[in-house]
Amino acid sequence: MDWSPLILTFKLALITTLLLLVISIPLAYWLAYTKSRIKPVIETLVSMPLVLPPTVLGFYMLIAFSPSNAFGNWLDEWFGLRFVFSFEGLVLASIFYSLPFMVHPIQSGFNNLSTSLKDAAYVMGKSKFTTLFKVLLPNIRPSLLTGIILAFAHTIGEFGVVLMIGGNISGKTKVASIAIYDEVETLNYDVANMYSLILFGITFMILLFVYLVNGGYLKRFWQ
Amino acid sequence: MISVLLQKRLKSASGDMQLDVVFEIQKGQLVTLYGKSGAGKTTIFRILAGLLNPDQGKIIVNDIFWLDTEKKINVPPQKRKIGFVFQEYALFPNMTVLENLNFALGKNKDDGFVKELVEIVDLGDLQFRKPDTLSGGQKQRVALARALVQKPEILMLDEPLSALDFEIRNKLQQYILQVHREFNLTTILISHDISEIIKMSDYLIELDHGKIIKQGLPTKVLTHNKVSGKFQLHGEILAMVNQDFIFIITVLIGKEIIKVVADADESKKLNIGDKVIIASKAFNPIIYKID
Repeated sequence: MDWSPLILTFKLALITTLLLLVISIPLAYWLAYTKSRIKPVIETLVSMPLVLPPTVLGFYMLIAFSPSNAFGNWLDEWFGLRFVFSFEGLVLASIFYSLPFMVHPIQSGFNNLSTSLKDAAYVMGKSKFTTLFKVLLPNIRPSLLTGIILAFAHTIGEFGVVLMIGGNISGKTKVASIAIYDEVETLNYDVANMYSLILFGITFMILLFVYLVNGGYLKRFWQ
Repeated sequence: MISVLLQKRLKSASGDMQLDVVFEIQKGQLVTLYGKSGAGKTTIFRILAGLLNPDQGKIIVNDIFWLDTEKKINVPPQKRKIGFVFQEYALFPNMTVLENLNFALGKNKDDGFVKELVEIVDLGDLQFRKPDTLSGGQKQRVALARALVQKPEILMLDEPLSALDFEIRNKLQQYILQVHREFNLTTILISHDISEIIKMSDYLIELDHGKIIKQGLPTKVLTHNKVSGKFQLHGEILAMVNQDFIFIITVLIGKEIIKVVADADESKKLNIGDKVIIASKAFNPIIYKID
């Protein structure tokens, strides 16, 4: 069995999750506290991947980043970035695709936190930055964990968007979900079964871990 | 001295309300804001602390402008030298009691004062506990100490004791009075409790629907200047029983229950739940020592 699709899948999920964390904390903070009128529009855009068929997202990204188009050409010439049929393209597509899974838990974490915590820190002379990192984020750890795990697990499971923008290049863009499809098409049910079992097992363990931690079961066990 | 002039249009559950207040607070005084919920007390607090902006207003503290909407001056809450005790304590759950205090102090500063505060409000045994494991009264002591760490000029307490029972409330009132005097603070308190107001405050501002309806010495504001008795006890009517021509009225004063007789005319104005004063002029009290 070729292990590269599985390794590629977890590499993609890891990089996507880390980048998403960096993007989602400021975005979720803004969404939780802003009084701006464009908030509903941004919220809608963030949530779109939840309802939009992944192929739609993949299709438009394919069009936008194609080197035969102005924008794709410009990216290629100026930055040497080619998002079509490349690993970078998969990362970018996954970030869009898994964005709501990271932003929503963090945003609701901020919303559920009493505003007086933030106010108390400000009155003590703490900057917004210090308040965010010393007061707000440490108190929404369960939401952060949920966001990280959901984004990670969801990236493992994506198929349509990856197929559209990444294609099926072995070792480069062929992730596990696509490899399974590939093997089934060529009637290699044994290999497809192996990939599937491994994905099933790992995602089960990941989600179980979240529920154990957020439910406080692990703490009780250690004490 | 603190001079305040504020105007703000507020949207509340009962429709729009115009907050429109002008008042002054003398340095070193303990002033209470009093009024029904929704009268605008907490809004005034938030504006004073810089957590909310008024439509128009001026706040001048010891000749320094904290806010002047005309000149576009608005000192951020971080720079306003205020100690704020929130109604729901607002202790940081991720930090221990001592960490809460040290966080307020900031990095690389002498923690001698923190130790002193821990002594004053008796937090010695609780220092290394997380806020979630503390009782309401303990949390409030931590919140009080934390508000004082940065040696504020003004201490603001938003209904700090409303959720506590009578004895703990009494004790905390003593703590607040002690730090108010010891650190020479100007203290502003929001309170609903009449006995607390009379016991603690030098000056009372009564609000209703965003406007100041009365201000002055607490006893005068609360009694409308009608009574000049030698004995005055403040309480709340618990029950009224009609017995032929008179009413027996049961009044809760502090934690004691007293029964008072009133005639039919007097009792017409009274209802269960009313705040009342029991006063007497020709009265000869006898004192017994309790062993």
